[in-house]
This record gives sequence, structure tokens and C-alpha cells, in this order.
Amino acid sequence: MSSTNQVSNRSYPEPPRRLNEMLRWFDQRTGLNALMREALDEPIPGAARFAYVFGSALLFIFISQVITGVFLALYYVPSADHAHTTVAYITKTVTAGSFLRSIHAYGSSTMVILLLLHVTQTFLYGSYKGRRELLWLSGCVLFALVLCMAFTGYLLPWDQKAYFATAVGTNIAGEVPLIGGWLKSLLRGGTDMGTLTISRFFVAHVLLAPAAIFAFVALHVYLFRKAGAAGPISEDLVTPRQPAEPFYPRQVIIDGIFALGIIFILALISHFIPFELGPKANPADTHYLPRPEWYYIPIFQWLKYWPGSLSFLGVVVIPGVIAFLFASLPFLDRRMERRPWKRPIAVGTYTFILLALFGLGYTSYRSDHRDPGYAAQLLAQQKETEEFMRKPFEPVAEPSPAAIIAAASNPLVKEGSQIYQAQSCQACHGEGGVGSAAGPKLTGAQERWTAEQLSALLRSPSTQMTAGGMTPLDLKPEEMRALVAYLQSL
Amino acid sequence: MLAKVTSTEPEISRRSYLGWLIGLCTAGVGAVLSVPLIRFALYPLRMQTTEVKWSDAGPLSHFVSLAIPLRRSIQVEQVDGWRETVSEKVVYVTQTPDHQLQVLSAVCPHLGCSVQWSDAKQEFICPCHAASFGADGTKLSGPSPRAMDSLESRIENGRLLVRYRYFRQLVPTKEVIG
Ligand code: FES
Repeated sequence: MSSTNQVSNRSYPEPPRRLNEMLRWFDQRTGLNALMREALDEPIPGAARFAYVFGSALLFIFISQVITGVFLALYYVPSADHAHTTVAYITKTVTAGSFLRSIHAYGSSTMVILLLLHVTQTFLYGSYKGRRELLWLSGCVLFALVLCMAFTGYLLPWDQKAYFATAVGTNIAGEVPLIGGWLKSLLRGGTDMGTLTISRFFVAHVLLAPAAIFAFVALHVYLFRKAGAAGPISEDLVTPRQPAEPFYPRQVIIDGIFALGIIFILALISHFIPFELGPKANPADTHYLPRPEWYYIPIFQWLKYWPGSLSFLGVVVIPGVIAFLFASLPFLDRRMERRPWKRPIAVGTYTFILLALFGLGYTSYRSDHRDPGYAAQLLAQQKETEEFMRKPFEPVAEPSPAAIIAAASNPLVKEGSQIYQAQSCQACHGEGGVGSAAGPKLTGAQERWTAEQLSALLRSPSTQMTAGGMTPLDLKPEEMRALVAYLQSL
Repeated sequence: MLAKVTSTEPEISRRSYLGWLIGLCTAGVGAVLSVPLIRFALYPLRMQTTEVKWSDAGPLSHFVSLAIPLRRSIQVEQVDGWRETVSEKVVYVTQTPDHQLQVLSAVCPHLGCSVQWSDAKQEFICPCHAASFGADGTKLSGPSPRAMDSLESRIENGRLLVRYRYFRQLVPTKEVIG
């Protein structure tokens, strides 16, 4: 306790005078100083260490993901028609687009790696013990949320890879007994993957999951501060005895350097190996071999061992039990022992699971490269992606009005459409005869009148038509024929 | 300023110095990192992202010795960010008194109806409120506030190209809109 008191009596950076007054004004109204003191004075039993960087690095990358994500949303459109085009636009046309998208995409991998390191550090140091059950549980929720972000974000570019990986991913939800089919449809927004799937994944990826992450990060940090930093493995978990070092400045600098290193590496990779975008998703492609992002590969491989009736066991029960045991770790492991070599069961199980995941990942990699058929197909897919990346951006051509398409194919109709324009018919009946406030629509005229009736009506409109403002048309016979052909094409 | 503080409170100054250094580094790194973000967000300001492309009005041979204005429909391609729209518009190709080709928009400067060439009267007549214009688009009579609007045109590889535009209605001067 005494060490904590010592810490908070320290003086803080004194800004120059004018600024100092402004800060005081601000502090009197916000209490910012006390808050900063609280944050920066966090006592770290033992001393600042490199081993403690992963938590703050995760927060740092998360914020980077939020910022890059917000910027990407400036151009992205979540619909099956436009998602791929807009991502291609970002990647190929917009300045720094490929770079930012790469930072965001590789950032998700970075988060998963940091998450593993953070969990491993917490686990090895036994830092989940000693009144830290809720802290651990909130961390588990964050773990799940980060995986959810990675999964939902993967679909959004709507390229082949994204489409087929997500098709497999959502099929897994279908394996859940009783509610499986319902769950799958809920995720997909229907029985098949389509534009509603993108909308759902988009909402989860940019609204729901990030909001939940913000909330749980706040909770996680609060619970962490409540329990106190666990310190080195020689430290007591509940009443720290070792002299504490405040968070500021040494741990801040260490964390800062680590964060800087990560962003630097991310930027280098993003610059030199930009994240690729494949050709647009083609659901009819039956040859495509879906492969998820690397961190899902072990699970992907695992699923192969559980065919048919056993799938429920392998896909739902076993991972569910592992996740449950993982989450209840601080409830199961009640001893205060922190030294890993004195905790053979816990550490052994953890190591076994990690090795199993690596093993599964490696097996998947090997079987893909051993099987000549698979290897060739994967190579072909990679080639297609590279080819697509080389092509310049092509804007989507918005489908021109049906009338223009029809007009382009039939010269008579084309001529008729010109007469329609020339007579200002569109002023009342709208472009392409869709109707307006001033006049009724002309589409579907084909069903109501024969060509003769139409031309007669146009030459001498009914009283009802004249009352609406229609004027008789005096056209040469061949012009009338063209106009009628055009009207019938609408 | 730092030096002054140093002389009075050396302990504070060391921390203060560190604090400012960290702050400065953070600001510096932040500034560097925000460069791609800003460039990304400002892309539409620096590049033309909405653009009307040149439309083909036909080979020049169609327009030699034009006695009366020639009506053409052109396909107007418009780039709008990541999409491209195609629509069909009507223009008239005419000759100015000094025998230059000139392309007129068929949109009436009054309220936007399609102006038509009348062979009988040898002038353009708007079917809506009967504004009339000369063969070169000059205003003759009626409610139109100005002459018919000429469009930007050029000749390339023996073809007449036009850039289609809309102009503000009901004002005496020609102003591009959209
Ligand atoms: S719109 Fe042409 S005269 Fe009124």
C-alpha cells in the first residue's frame, strides 16, 4: 500500500505558463488531471516490463482498425451488386486506398496474433488468479468479439474467397441441432448467401460488434484496475509486496515503442505486399476451393474429421466444451500458485491445445499441397486473383433504362424513342414512359392496345385524354409506326 | 522556456521534458500516420470523380453543308465515383453563320421541354410554350430567357464529339448545372 501512496505524490510535467492556466481552467471543469493521474499512476508491482505490452497493443490496433474502418466506409457500399466494385475502387483507384485497406485487413490478423500472445502471457503468468474471474470472463467475451469481427469483415469485399469461405462458415452454424437451419438462415438473411447476408454482416461488423468491443474493453480495463496489475510470477496476487513502479513513464514508453513497431511492420507489409482482392464472387463456380483466413484454418481442418452424423459432436460439442473450460479456467484453477512449472495440468493442456491447432493448420497446408488436384486449383485461383489485381478499375455500368436497351436492338424502336423525345412526351409521361405527376405511365401499353388502336388514340385522343392535357399527334405514317413500336416495347 | 524551468525546479523539468518529448513523438507519429488517411478522404477533391465523357455525335461526313439543323441522339456516359451511367440525349448539329459546326442542346432554356425543328417554319419551336429560335439557336420569340444552349464539341478522327451538359433554366445567361 505504501508504495502506491508514494507513487501518487509525484509531480507531473509542467507545461508552460499560459498553457498551464488553460489546463487549470479545463481541469476545474472536467477533473481531467485526477483522471490522468489515476491512469498514469497505475502501480505495476515489480517493474515495467516488455511482457505486459500485449493488452495495450491490442487496444492500439483496435483503435487503428476503427479509424481505418471508418475511412474505408467512405467508399464502401454493402450490397451484392456494389460491394466488390467499391472495394475494387478503393484498392485500384482511390489514393492510399490499397494501403489503408491492407492495414485494415492485415490489422485483423495482427489482432488475432496479439490476442493469442496476450492470453498466453496471462496464462503463463497465472494472472487470471486471485479475484480476477470477471476480468478473465470479460476477456473471453472480447476474444469471441474479435473473432466475430474477423469473420464478418472477411465477407464484405464479396470476392470469390470471401464468398466461399463465408458459405462454409455459415454452414457450420447449420450443424447446431434443432435450431441449426434457423440459425443459418438468420445469419444469411435467407437460405442462400446474397445481398441480405452482406447487410447483416456489415451491421455486425461496423455497428454491433465494435459497440460491444468498446463496452467490454471499458469493463475489462475497469476490472483490471480494480484487481490491480498482477506483476511478475513471484508476486502475491491479492496483496502485492514488491515495490511498484508507476505506469508512467517507463511502461508507457515500452508500450509506445511496441505499438510503433507493430504499426511500422504493418505499414511495411501493406506497402510492399498489398492485400489482394479476387474476382467478384461467382456463386455458380463449383470448382472454387474455399480457404478461410489463416487463423480459422485449424478449425476448418478439424471439421473435415467429423463427417455426417458425427459432425454435431465435432463441430458443436467438442469446441463448445473447450470454450467452456477455457472460460471457466479461473473458477477451476483456484490455487494461488503462479509458477508455470508448478502447474503441469493447466500449462500442459494449454500447450496441447496450441500444438493441436498448429498441427491442424499444418495438416491442412500439407494436404492442400500434396494433392495435385487441390494444388493446381489453388494455384489457378491465385492466378485469377493476380490477374484481377492487374486489370485497371472498371466502373459498374448502371443498367440503362429498359427502353434504351430495347431501342438499341431494334432500329424502329430506336427511331420511335427519338420521336418520343422530340414530341416531349417524356415531359408528362416520364423518361421511358414511367409516368409522372402530369401524365399516366405508358408502360405495358402492349397488353392494353393493339398497334392500330394505339396509333388511332395518338392521332385523335379520347375526351378523357384531352382533358388530362394530351394533344393530338400529327405524324407521318412511318413516324407513327416507329412511335407505336417504341410504346409497345416499354 | 524549458531552460527557465530547469533553473528553478530540476526534478520537474526532467519529467516535464520527458512528457513533452513523448507528446511530441506521439503528435509526430500521429501526423505521419494521418497522411494516407487524409489523402484517402480527399481523393474526390483532387481527382475528377464525376465526369461527363465525350459522346459521339457521328462522322463528319454527315454534317457537310448542313442546310437545316440535324437531329442526333447521343449516348451520354457519365462517371459518378465507382459507377457509370448511360443515358440517351437529343442534340441538334447546326452551322454558325461563319460555317462552324455547332451542337445545340434540345432542352428548352425556358422550362426544359424538347425543342423541335420545324421544316415548315424553318425555325426551332418549343412544343410547350411556343418559344422559337433561329437555325443557329438564336432566340426569336416566346418566353425563353436566352438562346438555345450550345454544347462543347470537338472533332477527333473525323468524328464529331460532344460533351453533354444541363444548363440552368429561366435565367438569361447560360450556367452549367450538375
Ligand atoms: S419550355 Fe420551351 S417554351 Fe416553355
